[in-house]
Amino acid sequence: MNKKYTGTDTIKRGMARMQKGGVIMDVVNAEQAKIAEAAGAVAVMALERVPADIRASGGVARMADAAIIEEVMRAVSIPVMAKARIGHMVEARILEALGVDYIDESEVLTPADEEFHILKTDFTVPFVCGCRDLGEALRRMGEGASMLRTKGEPGTGNIVEAVRHMRRVQGQVAALCAKSKDELMTLAKEIGAPYELVLEVKTLGKLPLVNFAAGGVATPADAALMMTLGADGVFVGSGIFKSANPEKFAKAIVSATTHYQDYATLAALSRDLGAPMQGLEIASLSREQRMQERGW
Amino acid sequence: MGAKRRIGVLALQGAVSEHLDMVKRGGCAGLAVKNRADLGAVDALILPGGESTTLGRLIREQELEDDIRAFVKTRPLLGTCAGLILCARELVGDARPRPLGLMDISVERNGFGRQRESFEADLEVEGAGSIRAVFIRAPFIQSVGVGARVLASLDDKIVMAEQGNVLVTAFHPELADDMRIFNYFVAKSSGALAESHFLL
Repeated sequence: MNKKYTGTDTIKRGMARMQKGGVIMDVVNAEQAKIAEAAGAVAVMALERVPADIRASGGVARMADAAIIEEVMRAVSIPVMAKARIGHMVEARILEALGVDYIDESEVLTPADEEFHILKTDFTVPFVCGCRDLGEALRRMGEGASMLRTKGEPGTGNIVEAVRHMRRVQGQVAALCAKSKDELMTLAKEIGAPYELVLEVKTLGKLPLVNFAAGGVATPADAALMMTLGADGVFVGSGIFKSANPEKFAKAIVSATTHYQDYATLAALSRDLGAPMQGLEIASLSREQRMQERGW
Repeated sequence: MGAKRRIGVLALQGAVSEHLDMVKRGGCAGLAVKNRADLGAVDALILPGGESTTLGRLIREQELEDDIRAFVKTRPLLGTCAGLILCARELVGDARPRPLGLMDISVERNGFGRQRESFEADLEVEGAGSIRAVFIRAPFIQSVGVGARVLASLDDKIVMAEQGNVLVTAFHPELADDMRIFNYFVAKSSGALAESHFLL
């Protein structure tokens, strides 16, 4: 038997690299998971409720029931992700024990800790975390996240926050790379990021981790927009199964993510889709209602 | 060598930039292949790692199946991980995704387990010696037909093979610095060597 090394950075980050150019879809049962897989999703996120329903129902949102996650894992052969509350390392350990392929330490759920995130380097299973700026992205990476996603505003079907966060991260990466090395310690202090990781961004000329867009993608055009802004792929939460025709939306968003620069194809994909999910104006949400504010 | 070899990477989904970086490190010209016209412009093709169900769907949507089958009659193709699955004649216990059938191999998807069981290991490759290999939710080849040749196995599971112009690995050479497998593939594409002589 050859010795096998599990849970290395190459393995954990490499898994996210295989997802690039793809769409990860929120699902709440086996039937939805099968629709997502047939449509060409690269992974599914197993949840008890999609973000729009979490938002509507209020109360504390927690890790999904293990039975739902296992039902989804049995239903599909593509990777299955699941969400743990920010800072809830026991939920994360339970998800790891269930065998999920990726854990999302997610602001969509009610945080368990308002000061600290999970130390993700301790786990064999890889984590994805949300970010709104480069400092937050590099803090999560410092804790051991293997994949990033910009937060946007989940459950709104409104792309404006996803755009804001992706532009901010990309802009800050470009600004960092334009600086000389002697300016980087002060930059690290200003954005609250580990100096070594700031240096790594400068050396690579880009983020060291795969970075998807999330939080507000509702149409094929939204997905293509996020790819145009530099996303490596997209998460679609409520946008698929809150639309009038989930199967059609799922397929169209997958194809739009691949062919995001082919406008004739995008036009065809945008035809006769039926109603997208009902959207929310961000200004109608108070600061306390914005999930993006969660995370430190 | 005269002009640089043009190596295409199927760019519908997956680890495309990682392969293009490897192509560049190997001194070749890389091209992202998204459609039939792109395919006509390359000397060799790589089917990258990604999700095989997703890739299968997007290949069908672009009507690339017959073109890829014709491609390997005259030019080399490297399939890694999901790319290996796409090359299979059949998938064990699963009709999806419909493979391209480029090679006489029967493949088991996710044959080493889920992500937490994914691993790196030192692998003995025929003619090349030990290579550090990265396996991510990797498939393995359950059996090969008479036309296909086994190049490496791990725990009695076949993880690298070739048949004619088609070379497949269950692991990810694009995630490691070792260039031996890529160099072998390029040598195949330039017709510079007889079957299975690694450049060491």
